[in-house]
Amino acid sequence: MTAPPITEADLQAYVDGRVPETRRADIEAFLSSRPDEAARIAAYRSQSDELRTLYREVLDETVPERLARARQPRRAGLRRVAAIAAWMALGGVVGWQLHAVFGVDTRLPAQVPLARSAALAHVTYSPEVRHPVEVGADQETHLVNWLSKRLNTTLRIPRLDAEGYSLVGGRLLPRSPGPVAQFMYQDAQGRRLTLYVRSEADGNRETAFRFAREANVGVFYWIDHGFGYALSGELERDALLRVANAAYRQLNP
Amino acid sequence: MQANAQVVAFIPRLRRYARALVGERAAADDLVQDTLERALAKFHLWRRGSDLRAWLFTIMHNVHVNQVRGRREMTSLDGEALEQPVRATQDVALEARDLERALHQLSVEQREVLLLVILEDMTYEDVASTLGIPIGTVMSRLSRAREKLRGLMEGMPPSNRLHLVK
Repeated sequence: MTAPPITEADLQAYVDGRVPETRRADIEAFLSSRPDEAARIAAYRSQSDELRTLYREVLDETVPERLARARQPRRAGLRRVAAIAAWMALGGVVGWQLHAVFGVDTRLPAQVPLARSAALAHVTYSPEVRHPVEVGADQETHLVNWLSKRLNTTLRIPRLDAEGYSLVGGRLLPRSPGPVAQFMYQDAQGRRLTLYVRSEADGNRETAFRFAREANVGVFYWIDHGFGYALSGELERDALLRVANAAYRQLNP
Repeated sequence: MQANAQVVAFIPRLRRYARALVGERAAADDLVQDTLERALAKFHLWRRGSDLRAWLFTIMHNVHVNQVRGRREMTSLDGEALEQPVRATQDVALEARDLERALHQLSVEQREVLLLVILEDMTYEDVASTLGIPIGTVMSRLSRAREKLRGLMEGMPPSNRLHLVK
């Protein structure tokens, strides 16, 4: 019995990582016999990556005031909306928002410490209900390759299923110098943890396993082989430590 | 209140899509603003529990069809539109500009499908329902958009045309 012929729609779905597992082998066999088609598909994939990269920064821009006004409802008493707008404006490295959110000194050091950056990224993205990540766990290979390429390293995504947390996916966050990868995990109750990974400047050789708390967010963080890792979650210290240990063992075997 | 917060959470994504669709920043934010106003005015029509993203992007699509496409020439790029100075040393910036230019040489219909699939990572079914077109049309527009974009980019070698304009 022969498999159904490969259609253009199959190839498009292959580009987007949307082919059923049962069909993938057929498509890959087809592509290996057709270098011209393989080249075309590869070009489409890099096209997708380039488009995502080109427009990624828009997500991190401060929302213009007029849009904030446009969405403001006529009814009074919606402070929470304003608060969320402030959260949305957080984006990357900020001053007064940190003050508003965490009640910390607004004079940030030139380089925001790992734990605080991670906590900020956690509170920004973990409440996202439908789109907490840019690339979902269903495209894990793509996720790893993409983020590895952007961070110029070979990333590993720790498995935290044994601790009750499954991978939701990941996203890329802007930072100077060098971007940051954020992986998100979720337990059966929908509680979320994020793992924040960024390269660290050479001078920063600290490798101790440390704990910090920013508002409700606990963060375990460490630096190893030039990369900083931080696991953030709104958990008790001991519960978070258990998961952080599991992540640490896998990332630093 | 919950509802408004939900809409607010989508503003960055709506802006990203609008920017890629329309090109120019102020015009893109106009589209977002019109979309938000309509969404908030009609929020009672949103079926709770259904996909809010698809609903918002459908509104944006409709607003765009009604308002922006009437002035389609604004978004089409020709040689005359490239007056901004380009620093020839920044290859990355040049490539980004090439890609943006190429993207805007697609038809609006192709661009919509391509951007919802790539930037929003929507399923083809969601794209079809967001744009109100059959899934077969989604697939053919996607295929044509990609192929046209590839042709345009390959027609722009790294030493790109902008140098010639100087």
